[in-house]
Amino acid sequence: MDPVAAKYLGAGLACIGMGGAAIGVANVFGQFLVGALRNPSAAGGERNTLFLGFALSEAFGIFSLLIALLLLFVL
Amino acid sequence: MAAAANPIEQFEIHDIFPVVKIAGQQISLTNSALYMILAVVLTAALMLGTTAGRRLVPTRMQSVAELIYEFVASMLRGAAGEHGLKFFPLVFSLFMFVLFTNVVGLIPYTFSVTSQIIVTASLALLVFFTVIIHGFWAHGLHFLKLFAPSGIPIYILPLIVVIELLSFLARPISHSVRLFANILAGHITLQLVASFVTMIGALGVVGWFAATLPLVFTVALYALELLVAFLQAYVFAILTCIYLNDSLHPAH
Repeated sequence: MDPVAAKYLGAGLACIGMGGAAIGVANVFGQFLVGALRNPSAAGGERNTLFLGFALSEAFGIFSLLIALLLLFVL
Repeated sequence: MAAAANPIEQFEIHDIFPVVKIAGQQISLTNSALYMILAVVLTAALMLGTTAGRRLVPTRMQSVAELIYEFVASMLRGAAGEHGLKFFPLVFSLFMFVLFTNVVGLIPYTFSVTSQIIVTASLALLVFFTVIIHGFWAHGLHFLKLFAPSGIPIYILPLIVVIELLSFLARPISHSVRLFANILAGHITLQLVASFVTMIGALGVVGWFAATLPLVFTVALYALELLVAFLQAYVFAILTCIYLNDSLHPAH
């Protein structure tokens, strides 16, 4: 297979990984909402953990995007 | 199409003026270095300039500086305890540097410093080696207890040590790549969507009206990138605090 074509195919395949990251991020916010609706007065104190969890789980989606960009523009 | 080749061009480093030649390698002031200096100047202006009056009842700008100070101090205190505050200058500097370089990089025609892996890797390795060196300096070989938590049955201890060691060594990689890839991907996406506006707008009168759609999307994307700029600075700082806590209190 032509290496350039293989690179484009690889970049497309790498983006499948973002599906898992999307589920993870939705999980984080969903669980925060469950907790916040049960105990609204304690929800403000957990806001920092919410943002930390969001950034950590989004990082893996960004890693797969990075692989795709590496394949397209660097290699 | 020309726009498709452009997304990477915004990350090119240009020399502004040469400084010195060391061992055949030209060291010059680059656009990257210029924006790093700008971030430091802005931080100094915000923190030093606003608090020069040292009023007991603060002015608006002085209270901004005090709020940022208190935000980073409470973050460090929460993650690393009262002993952690000796690392406050490091954490505060990292937070302000990453925050200002992220936000200034969003202005059109500027250069985003944290979109270079060498910059984020240097910051992450700084934190990594601070953790290791301070851990060994403060606790000696007891620092290695970090990899062998208490309460593990003896027969899976070797496996746990290997896993803990690997996850410890993966920290600088994830720490740096998270910030780098977020900013890089954000700027490439912005450039791409903004290029759609001009591409569609070039199609005549229909194009002028149709181009409002990618224009609205660009504005929304800018809001998202602003949120990402603040969030990534906060995440970089709080992970630094958590890693420093490991060097201060290694035994689980």
